[in-house]
Amino acid sequence: MIQALPTQSLINQWVTICPIEQILPNTGVCALVEGQQVAVFRVGDGTEIYALSNYDPFSKAFVLSRGIIGDRNGIPKVASPIYKQNFNLQTGQCLDDETVRIPTFAVRVIEMQVQVSV
Amino acid sequence: MTKKTLVVIGNGMVGHKFLEQMIAKKAIDDWHLVTFCEEPRVAYDRVNLSGFFSGKTAADLTLVEPGLYQDHNIQIYVGDKAIRIDRDHKTVTSANGITIGYDNVVIATGSYPFVPPIPGKDTQGTFVYRTIDDLEAMAAHAKSAKVGVVIGGGLLGLECANALKHMGLETHVVEFAPRLMPVQVDDAGGTVLKNKIEALGVAVHASKSTTAIVSENGRVTKMQFADGDELQTDMIVFSAGIRPRDEIARDCGLAVGDRGGIVINDHCQTSDPDIYAIGECALYDNRIYGLVAPGYTMATVVADNLCDRGSNAFTGADMSTKLKLLGVDVASFGDAFSKTSGAKEFAIIDSIQGIYKKIVVDESGDRLLGGILVGDASAYGNLLQLMQNQIVLPPHPEDLLLPPREGQSSFAMGVESLPDTAQICSCNNVTKGQICSAIQEQGLTDIASVKKCTQAGTGCGGCVPLVTDLLKDQLKKAGVEVKNHLCEHFAYSRQELYHLIRTQKIETFDQLLAGHGQGKGCEICKPAVGSILASAWNDYVLNPPHVGLQDTNDAFLANIQKDGTYSVIPRIPGGEITPDRLIVLGEVAKEFGLYTKITGGQRIDLLGARVDQLPLIWKRLIDAGFESGHAYGKALRTVKSCVGSTWCRFGVQDSTSLAIEVELRYRGLRAPHKLKSAVSGCTRECAEAQSKDFGIIATENGWNLYVCGNGGIRPQHAQLIAEDIDKETLIKYIDRFLMFYIRTANRLERTATWLNKLEGGIDYLKQVVIHDSLGICDELEAEMAHQVETYACEWKTTIDDPTKLMRFRHFVNVDQPDPSLVHVEERGQKRPAFDDEKELVITGERS
Repeated sequence: MIQALPTQSLINQWVTICPIEQILPNTGVCALVEGQQVAVFRVGDGTEIYALSNYDPFSKAFVLSRGIIGDRNGIPKVASPIYKQNFNLQTGQCLDDETVRIPTFAVRVIEMQVQVSV
Repeated sequence: MTKKTLVVIGNGMVGHKFLEQMIAKKAIDDWHLVTFCEEPRVAYDRVNLSGFFSGKTAADLTLVEPGLYQDHNIQIYVGDKAIRIDRDHKTVTSANGITIGYDNVVIATGSYPFVPPIPGKDTQGTFVYRTIDDLEAMAAHAKSAKVGVVIGGGLLGLECANALKHMGLETHVVEFAPRLMPVQVDDAGGTVLKNKIEALGVAVHASKSTTAIVSENGRVTKMQFADGDELQTDMIVFSAGIRPRDEIARDCGLAVGDRGGIVINDHCQTSDPDIYAIGECALYDNRIYGLVAPGYTMATVVADNLCDRGSNAFTGADMSTKLKLLGVDVASFGDAFSKTSGAKEFAIIDSIQGIYKKIVVDESGDRLLGGILVGDASAYGNLLQLMQNQIVLPPHPEDLLLPPREGQSSFAMGVESLPDTAQICSCNNVTKGQICSAIQEQGLTDIASVKKCTQAGTGCGGCVPLVTDLLKDQLKKAGVEVKNHLCEHFAYSRQELYHLIRTQKIETFDQLLAGHGQGKGCEICKPAVGSILASAWNDYVLNPPHVGLQDTNDAFLANIQKDGTYSVIPRIPGGEITPDRLIVLGEVAKEFGLYTKITGGQRIDLLGARVDQLPLIWKRLIDAGFESGHAYGKALRTVKSCVGSTWCRFGVQDSTSLAIEVELRYRGLRAPHKLKSAVSGCTRECAEAQSKDFGIIATENGWNLYVCGNGGIRPQHAQLIAEDIDKETLIKYIDRFLMFYIRTANRLERTATWLNKLEGGIDYLKQVVIHDSLGICDELEAEMAHQVETYACEWKTTIDDPTKLMRFRHFVNVDQPDPSLVHVEERGQKRPAFDDEKELVITGERS
């Protein structure tokens, strides 16, 4: 069965960044993908993976991959390591300031390799 | 409906309070409000006038929020004095010739300072102390003055002396009565107050009647007294009492008292029912109330009556006062002079510390009638509540004046025992009932909103602790549990989680979450649990089950800075370092281009290290014999020391050696918050041990141990817990103290805050740590022994494990540092570029 993914046409190229075991469970890493800093998070010890911009708009530093991940009312999130604002891992929406939203990126795990597309 | 017109004469503190009340009661829909303000500025805080000389500006003192009057269509004429009320035509006319027709008038003209008829009283260099204009005139004159005298040693006179002192003058207070503040304190209290104030450098001359003020070339030079004495001075300020400003009322035929004051009834109405008078110009029951609180009450009464909010009445006011004069606490309340028949007194005088406390009780000793506190008025709020609510006193009323007896908590009545009518905030006359209903009806949950909604605690602030207790009590009753749950993932307090982890031997966050929590965790519970696990089992914090729990500082064993780089602080135990090691630090800093700075804890901070540089830097440091300083952890930081008896000619013990030993013993110990310590080699206390979580000071006979001090946001001195103890006892007590703190404190709670909340305070802590009242000291010592035995330098462990080093890269897929980091040079070192500098650097306009 073919699933029509609306974003699929925008996804031009998958870039392999690392094997999944290089991302320790419940931590993040940062990858450089076509000049962009992408924060990739692994929730739990399986293949639940999210990709956001690594740029923290509050501190203006590229640090989000080093934040603590967790959930707020079931929504997976990361807390900025600098001033602790939280961002929804699925949407990039800041949970502490509704006017702020950061970019998200397509991410997948194929044969235990993590791939990102920007 | 046409609006009625109300003219308020005077825009002082009470006049403004009245307008605020009218706004709060939504009266502006029915009333057209007009006010005349004689002074060139709107209402300001006259009570804190001396603040003008300690840096406050007229703008800081203002009570009127910008735009408040305009937003509520209140017409204000600033710098225009109302001069006439025409009761036949019902108009008020001002000095500038403005005439307003009124339905009602509120007179709030206040008072003027009384200047005794002393020859020379109008010489240049004599002043009164009432308005900002007065202060400006005083300040201008003080520039060419060295000595200043205040005539009048009452409440306002001492405030004024404070102002003179702030202006740098040699300050004298001359009082006609035999003691200072004759209205508020008795002879014994007056003596303590006089000594205390003289110790602050203000000369007090009591029982002095000024007979003449002598001038030369038109300027004040000295004053002469009835007893023949003289006092040289360059300026004189009169503060010999106040007189009501009632001339506008007299002129229109309103009833005034024999000695002045506009006569008012319970509704604050004058002899003309359309005209009210409030504040210091009003005479109620033959009495002028010269404090702001009764004036505020009158303002509320009038606003209530004009707005048909029932018949609120003014029935006199409590003249209880609590003030800080020249930094000295003075409080006087109720029947302070034992005028009630059969009244009995208890008093203590501490001439060394300058404290006087007296309570007056009824004949049976059951009820508190009044009291006087000088030097320490911390008991005021409590005593006032006992008196106002007629609460039955403990069997020994003198206990109210003394520290708690051994094994008992101090006699304080809980807020829940107060009746709803109990006045909590006397500045704004807010009762317990009003605060409780605001909390319930508006669902308030924090102190800031309670203050905003009820005004309680917004005056002198003395009732804030009571309001806080009240809030907690209300929330508890409402079932809005005063949650000490760590976060949404754990319905336990930190202390409970600590207990679970210890007793069930839980070793990982996932185990704890599965057994006792829900969800995935968050940035609150993860680091807290990570810290507990470390305190309990001392496992390496970057092991896979723990690494995701750590705040970024712990996760990379360094302190993150605003630009995402890190700082490196190696341990320098006791602040002692060899030249060779200093050279290594210099070389490393130079090689990696790090900014260097000496920390407050006698260590060296190397800043600006990229995450990928951290292992390389630490390799160098460890090879040179350094180890982690745990500056990144909620852990023992530093044990600061002086050079002690080894070098110092005053030292009595070897403080440096002890500091090193203590620092090495507790290094790496993780706690609810960071821990700081210091050891001083003598009582000169150069290491500032009394500002630390635990501090040690050498004595001739051993060591004194102080605990729970704090610098930071709310500085607090550490308290003495044991004296003249030997080193073994000292270490034993510190072991117990630290482990007890780690067991019971909340997350991110420093020892000082922890102690403040600990029921029974330092005495209780002594019982636990020294007398083993809980029977847990063996356990605490064993737990600490485990920590000491299992210590390992986290950086050494990390450097030795290539798999751990994988994480110390900015990009997982490219060997390249963070390209966004930009530094500029300042004073020969680098620092992060500001936003506006970044572009310049990138375009090459700045290096």
